[in-house]
Amino acid sequence: MELTLWTYEGPPHVGAMRIASSMKDIHYVLHAPQGDTYADLLFTMIERRGQRPPVTYTTFQARDLGGDTAELVKKNIKEAVERFKPKTLLVGESCTAELIQDQPGALAKGMGFDMPIVNLELPAYSKKENWGASETFYQLTRTLLKEKVSSIEKISPLRWKELGRRPKVNILGPSLLGFRCRDDVIEIQRILSEQGIDTNVVAPLGASPDDIERLIDAEINICLYQEIAESSCEWLRRNFGMEFTNTIPIGIKNTIAFINEVHNKLDLPITNKQELEHKSKLPWYSKSVDSNYLTGKRVFIFGDGTHAIAAAKIAKEELGFEVVGLGTYSREMARQLRSTAKELNLEALITNNYLEVEDAMKKAAPELVLGTQMERHSAKRLGIPCSVISTPMHVQDVPARYSPQMGWEGANVIFDDWVHPLMMGLEEHLIDMFKHDFEFVDGHQSHLGHTATKTEDFVNSEDKEDKNSNEGIIWTESGRAELTKVPFFVRGKVKTNTEKYAILRGIPEISDETLYDAKAYFS
Amino acid sequence: MKFLMSKVEFNKETGPREVFCGLTSIVWLHRRMPDAFFLVVGSRTCAHLIQSAAGVMIFAEPRFGTAILEEKDLAGLADAHEELDRVVNDLIVRRPEIKTLFLVGSCPSEVIKLDLATVAEKLNKRFSGQVRFLNYSGSGIETTFTQGEDGALKALIPLMESSDEEKLLLVGTLANNVEDRFKKIFRNLGISNIESFPPRQSTELPKIGKNTKVLLTQPYLSDTARDLKHRGCEIISAPFPLGIEGSTEWFLAAAKAFKISEFKVHEIISPLINRAKLALESHKEILKGKRLFLLPESQLEISLARFLHNECEMDLIEVGTPYLNKDLMKEEINLLPDNTKIVEGQHVEKQLDRVRESNPDLVVCGMGLANPLEAEGISTKWSIEMVFSPIHGIDQAADLAGLFSKPLRRNQILTSKTLVTH
Repeated sequence: MELTLWTYEGPPHVGAMRIASSMKDIHYVLHAPQGDTYADLLFTMIERRGQRPPVTYTTFQARDLGGDTAELVKKNIKEAVERFKPKTLLVGESCTAELIQDQPGALAKGMGFDMPIVNLELPAYSKKENWGASETFYQLTRTLLKEKVSSIEKISPLRWKELGRRPKVNILGPSLLGFRCRDDVIEIQRILSEQGIDTNVVAPLGASPDDIERLIDAEINICLYQEIAESSCEWLRRNFGMEFTNTIPIGIKNTIAFINEVHNKLDLPITNKQELEHKSKLPWYSKSVDSNYLTGKRVFIFGDGTHAIAAAKIAKEELGFEVVGLGTYSREMARQLRSTAKELNLEALITNNYLEVEDAMKKAAPELVLGTQMERHSAKRLGIPCSVISTPMHVQDVPARYSPQMGWEGANVIFDDWVHPLMMGLEEHLIDMFKHDFEFVDGHQSHLGHTATKTEDFVNSEDKEDKNSNEGIIWTESGRAELTKVPFFVRGKVKTNTEKYAILRGIPEISDETLYDAKAYFS
Repeated sequence: MKFLMSKVEFNKETGPREVFCGLTSIVWLHRRMPDAFFLVVGSRTCAHLIQSAAGVMIFAEPRFGTAILEEKDLAGLADAHEELDRVVNDLIVRRPEIKTLFLVGSCPSEVIKLDLATVAEKLNKRFSGQVRFLNYSGSGIETTFTQGEDGALKALIPLMESSDEEKLLLVGTLANNVEDRFKKIFRNLGISNIESFPPRQSTELPKIGKNTKVLLTQPYLSDTARDLKHRGCEIISAPFPLGIEGSTEWFLAAAKAFKISEFKVHEIISPLINRAKLALESHKEILKGKRLFLLPESQLEISLARFLHNECEMDLIEVGTPYLNKDLMKEEINLLPDNTKIVEGQHVEKQLDRVRESNPDLVVCGMGLANPLEAEGISTKWSIEMVFSPIHGIDQAADLAGLFSKPLRRNQILTSKTLVTH
């Protein structure tokens, strides 16, 4: 039993709903009680969907449990098939139905329908949402393509040459309630098309079962979101020989590496290598003088595996930030994230507990947080600017404008979204210059608004903890007074550093001089 | 199934539903009693449901959480009880400010027959004097949406001490400002001893007994009302205080129970009524003659239908309700126009067919259905807003009407010249 106050991922059947809702001509009969219908609002509210998710909830009640819940399942399946006429039917159960073991998938298969039926067994008490999405997409792909395995030769990535046409690829993984998938797909298709590569199928987003059956018309697969598509890509490789790409095209370096990987796999020469660096404004924006102030900005990153790993690389290599914390809630991608963290000399944070993330954030004292909707809340409490880079997300993270994360335009969006919460370069210089003027009081906080706590509260409230944790270090009047003169946005860092220094040197009382000693020591 | 009672047409429907379960009430209950904690014993789905329904209301450490059952908890009940013990212990250590802890049953905990009552009893002994433990079920196999509050309040009743003091007890969660207004009006009527249930602190439970006169503020408290009656309380029969008419009848019923003259009531509330009628005018102009379809969700549907027809002159196509307690709703049903079609339960697909066929001007529905209906060109109002907004009382009548006139007004603005639709 695990005490959870808030969770990054929903149950696995919500993952299945993400696949069903992303696609066309599919219906999902979910053996579940009425309360589980809440999941519809994730799609209709967060994504502002104008269609209901294609899901029928059997809505069993306590009084049904003594009787025949299996009959109820069959009745709902029959009605759903008659009403929605799906080309493929998904059948599964949520956590409660798993306990009563009606085996709805087996029941559906015995009802004599001629459409393909996918029996989803998603263990609700051990697995989570992304796993459920991945498993559903895999089972669906397998069900629709397994008969072709023996009748088709292995697919060579070079097949397009023999066929005398442009190479074709599938883009796999984008789904509803994924982060900016809608726009990533457009961006990646545009890039591929510029490179002379056609998109065969995008799935699950916007695909129908017919499209899944057409997957094998492509030469290779683009695995755009590992969390959702990796197991399907592996199955397609094992059974049809289709190779797939591993590079996630987020950031300039990775977009270029992605293009190279695709070209290499297809044995398609790159003719526009020189142009690629200039496709996005990020490299120049990052080099331009105003961005000097970005150097060494301390950034804390937490999100799903794909976006957290990509963010760490961009932060360090393309924006010149210092990554001071890196973590994910995607246990499936823990190993990959750990190796990225190791390269950055960091201990990876793998957890599903947002309070642990908040604690780590506090300790790392970052100047910018890149996280999920929850880190936005935590960062707000701590008075730190934040940009959302990953699900779970809020309705405001599904913007009306085109705002991908991937490719050239994605890099532009990332530059703006991560830099705007920070203070602009000139602005920071000015504040530094004028910080001793009497107008510069705590209330004055530039465009960031008033989120940081007042100095007095800050010193006093932390004092109580300090007496326990920091071996009785005391801030003298002069030390306190000096600390209030430090601009609010670096005050936390200065305080921590000074205390660290005091402990190191065995100084029991922090005066104004200690502050300057510490400053010199750490500079 | 169809049968006629009085002048209203009753129908029952079963099938797939689109309704929240009782766990959802935690979203407002934990705000009402800040010293209480609601611990759902359930699955990841339960945790996900509450956080999704609560939307952005995420606090650093919210006063609700879920003890998520894992594979090993399902293997043996004895172990599950022990595990729950451990989780509760950790929680109490971490949150010493908690005075009352509700163990809330869910669909999975009910199905595996976790005995939360016994767990609560044991914990009560161990933490005696520090924390009180209660249990109720908010499971979706037994309860819908607002029924969760009924369960929580019913669980508190055994803790209420007895007293024969005469008092008026307002039962059901209200917004604090609305509650204060009501108390002021009752005091002006000459009723001095007024208490609320649930109280604002979980430990400050009112005493009850044979001279307690209970006035329900919400229409979803069947079990609570029944148990209060068993404790000797008198349940005042009245419509619910939504709109001018409902609130007036509600005040009158209370006054009658305290032998206060009707004249006195009218004297006190007439200025309020006049003011409210004036405020209602602009909304009525928009709502008048518009056709309304209410899907079942909050259990407030019948009262809302009565208000929107009688005071805002809307036409009622269908009034859905998750369940119907005819006894509790008697006074409301009597105020409904002839031939009102009430549908208890739901077959969401068939009901949506009827929505489309009847071409309504406004549909009251849950958040899962609102945008899809809007995309079909049908205006909607989410029902969840009714349980989060101060809508009770004469002073709030115009605000209540405003919740329904706003989508229609918005449609007029957007479709006239500013936007080309479809």
